[in-house]
Amino acid sequence: MSKHSFIIDHHGGAAVFLCTQCEPEAQLYVHARHFLDNALAPLQVVMDIRDNSDGRQAIERSLPNDRTDREGMMTRIDDKFATLQAAGKKAFVTYIMAGDTDYDTSLEVMRGLPAAGVDVIELGLPFTDPVADGQTIQLAGQRALDAGQTLKKTLAMAKTFREDDTTTPIVIMGYYNPIYSMGVDKFLTAAVDAGVDGLIIVDLPPEEDAELCLPAKEVGINFIRLATPTTDAKRLPKVIENTSGFIYYVSMNGITGTATAQVNAVAPEVTRIKQATDLPVVIGFGVKTPEAAKTFADLGDGVVVGSAIVERIGRGDAPADVLAFVKTLADAAHS
Amino acid sequence: MNDLFNSFMTGPDENGRFGDFGGRFVSETLMPLILALEEQYEHAKTDETFWAEMHDLWTHYVGRPSPLYHAERLTEKLGGAKIYLKRDELNHTGAHKINNVLGQIILARRMGKTRIIAETGAGQHGVATATVCAKFGLKCVVYMGAHDVERQAPNVFRMKLLGAEVIPVTSGRGTLKDAMNDALRDWVTNVDDTFYCIGTVAGPHPYPAMVRDFQSIIGKEAKEQMMAAEGRLPDTLIAAIGGGSNAMGLFFPFLDDKDVNIIGVEAGGKGVNAKMEHCASLTGGRPGVLHGNRTYLLQDDDGQILEGFSISAGLDYPGIGPEHAWLHEIGRAQYVSITDVEALEAFQLCCDMEGIIPALEPSHALAHVIKIAPTLPKDHLIIMNMCGRGDKDIFTVAKALGFEMGDFA
Ligand SMILES: Cc1ncc(COP(=O)(O)O)c(C=O)c1O
Repeated sequence: MSKHSFIIDHHGGAAVFLCTQCEPEAQLYVHARHFLDNALAPLQVVMDIRDNSDGRQAIERSLPNDRTDREGMMTRIDDKFATLQAAGKKAFVTYIMAGDTDYDTSLEVMRGLPAAGVDVIELGLPFTDPVADGQTIQLAGQRALDAGQTLKKTLAMAKTFREDDTTTPIVIMGYYNPIYSMGVDKFLTAAVDAGVDGLIIVDLPPEEDAELCLPAKEVGINFIRLATPTTDAKRLPKVIENTSGFIYYVSMNGITGTATAQVNAVAPEVTRIKQATDLPVVIGFGVKTPEAAKTFADLGDGVVVGSAIVERIGRGDAPADVLAFVKTLADAAHS
Repeated sequence: MNDLFNSFMTGPDENGRFGDFGGRFVSETLMPLILALEEQYEHAKTDETFWAEMHDLWTHYVGRPSPLYHAERLTEKLGGAKIYLKRDELNHTGAHKINNVLGQIILARRMGKTRIIAETGAGQHGVATATVCAKFGLKCVVYMGAHDVERQAPNVFRMKLLGAEVIPVTSGRGTLKDAMNDALRDWVTNVDDTFYCIGTVAGPHPYPAMVRDFQSIIGKEAKEQMMAAEGRLPDTLIAAIGGGSNAMGLFFPFLDDKDVNIIGVEAGGKGVNAKMEHCASLTGGRPGVLHGNRTYLLQDDDGQILEGFSISAGLDYPGIGPEHAWLHEIGRAQYVSITDVEALEAFQLCCDMEGIIPALEPSHALAHVIKIAPTLPKDHLIIMNMCGRGDKDIFTVAKALGFEMGDFA
């Protein structure tokens, strides 16, 4: 993969991105309010371009002009679901905590996930007060923080992963405060630079979309929302409205890693959501075994497993053993 | 009065914001619940039968109005401002917390909820919740940090006597913040039958506004009582701040009385310094998002929440209600901090001079009174919110002063 370095300059109502290395010089005009606001002086951004695609296209994908233009834009997540759908397969999504049990261990596990059959990686951002998580993920966050993990290091981990995997979507999942503390603009710039594709921020409901969801959409990052059993028919459109990438259906009222998901409770809810949106619906919370992974993957467009994997990392299983377990889940979900 | 453009009393806006603070930062599972609560509360606010029930309970069950008491010997000793104490420590259950609990439990009953959960630090909110649940025959579960279970043991036993289940929380440092985390985890798990009764002016909208409104009875009474006693408004209000509910309750009715100075007292722990061994969110923190609202928080450079430290379990919280954050930023109220040592001295002075054993929380407010009263003229009127009694704290104080309870045998 190659890095392209751009000089951004003003041009009337648009910004022009000039690549400093391409032959012939790649130019891209965008009505990028986001960049214009910040580009009082020409500034430099570094972007990832996919190996096998022509630079111009990829740039257009990762730098949406504005919200209306974005609708037609494909992200790495959209690509992945399109590819899976074409192959008649369900998505297998895993959650791991960045920095658990330390930076190197979690990077090693992360790097092995695509080969183990993982289609989308949720990279957990540790936080001291994870109110939506059960003990397994609480402890994982604590281990990561004790080992010195930060938001900066989590973005660095995503970026390192991107160096040799340009197709597996990375979704950062966590809580808002570390991002708010870094500053939303600064975070989004760094996330785009690191090759992050989506965000699941548990404590940002649609009522707070102006905080991060809308700015993220402007830079082409999917904001993936959770729909839950309490999301009734009246509320569902609001939940779907600014969601992109996929919808994460939370199988139960509760926290991660505790109860077991129940098919007869989930099935009608997934049907209800699928009637309201064309977005893929992925089911998570309370899925722990290969059998359950298959059952719930089949109910929607994919399945998420988190705590069952995090538990193995936490008890000190070697990355190879963790990945072997992940493979059994992936194989089942894909079968 | 009532100049809406220049009023400080119109907040929050429809998104639950006081300026940039407040909001609804909760998971999707909880969103429909807090919207349902908001709807219920908006209805209750203008419903006369709701307020009639509140006033009846405040009068006959809590013992309101609480007196406004001229602390004559303290005033004399300090030699300056005239000091009044708003005696909310005389309420049933021994603190201001029950003012708010009654309001929330009436709402819970109207919403058909049968199980009440609460977080508690000092145990006063837990005791108040357990009390009102016992009165109405509701199931009550109280989350309390393991460290607080230890240092507020008398209150743990009171809650048990009242039929509540007390769940010690061992995550974090085992204080109020951790108790609130686990209460929120309980709530997302038990959405159908459970009502979360928050004990302070924090959490997602509508809690900060709702708890403030229920506690405002303190300030309303104080205003009338001061008019009756002195024929004019006070010059200065002083209250201790954990999450900030007793303070908001006293301050709110005076916000548009521009000549009234308003001072909130945060817990300075071992001193407001780089080591963060304190709970002074406004003095030593910066804005962040926790427990459903944006406010000032003690946090590190990465946005991880720090534990804080205070001898007083009720003040041992790394955040503060969003309305205080706003009042601080616009300069309508002033916020200071008082150390553990200063609070302990004030505690003893109050026992000595006034025959009142104060809780450690208002001892912080009193310590600030002790600091400023001597510098003020004799016709300067101070109201300090004596928001809780110290029975629950005698073990902590004995330990801090080097006594063994067994020594008295
Ligand atoms: C007597 C007393 N005062 C004050 C507080 C702190 O809470 P708030 O700041 O909400 O009044 C507590 C909390 O437990 C308390 O028990």
